[in-house]
Amino acid sequence: MGLEIAFWVLATLMTASALAVVLLPNIFRSALALVVCFLAVAGIFVTLSADFLAAVQVLIYVGAIAILIILSIMLTKEVQHGNLSNKLRLPSFIICAVLLGITIFAMLNTAWPVSAEAPLETTTSTLANILFSRDGMFLLVEIGGMLLLATIIGAITIVRDK
Amino acid sequence: MSLEHYLVLSAVIFCIGLYGALSKRSAVVILMCIELMLNAANIALVAFSRYITPTLLTGQVFSIFSILVAAAEVTIGLAIIIAIYRRHETIDASKINLLKW
Repeated sequence: MGLEIAFWVLATLMTASALAVVLLPNIFRSALALVVCFLAVAGIFVTLSADFLAAVQVLIYVGAIAILIILSIMLTKEVQHGNLSNKLRLPSFIICAVLLGITIFAMLNTAWPVSAEAPLETTTSTLANILFSRDGMFLLVEIGGMLLLATIIGAITIVRDK
Repeated sequence: MSLEHYLVLSAVIFCIGLYGALSKRSAVVILMCIELMLNAANIALVAFSRYITPTLLTGQVFSIFSILVAAAEVTIGLAIIIAIYRRHETIDASKINLLKW
């Protein structure tokens, strides 16, 4: 029962703040609505019993990505222009509505092989075993580290003063 | 709660993000909407992991890697936006036409 209340509250908050990101006339306010949306996603992860991912979501999205976006809004003076739309507003709305209808229809009419097992109480140690064990995904973790290193070097190179 | 609730929620968020990414002028807002779409995909992955493979956590591992790639993507995207703003004094995506013929 508590899980259901939490889901509906978080889902309403998330949809409202996602709409606010798209519809608010002030870019800075829509960036703040994006932060609320990220926090609601972390709450949804908690209701899905993914505790480690909820912490990662708060740390990376709310802590790092939202700050980066707000900083770049301030650096580029975008607040003065406002949250403008381009000429494709109506066609893109129609495309998104049609896509939403098709996706929901397909999702509700598929027989998902839902498992009756109870979820794990804490996921962190199992995730660590999958990620770092010998027959797990250790190579992918290393490749991810290389990707982040390349990202840092690339970002420094792109924004450096000549 | 059933799997379908979470899937419909993720579809709604994805479509809101897609609408913003297609119809906004400011490049920063387009990046914000891409982040919304990535979050919707993460919700779907974690919901599949919770309801279909509850003890294997396949979807959660997948979504860790997707968060990693999203962090890399937003860093490079904002660096490119700052570089374009320095040179052209605008980040209006309908005015940036460096790569058009």
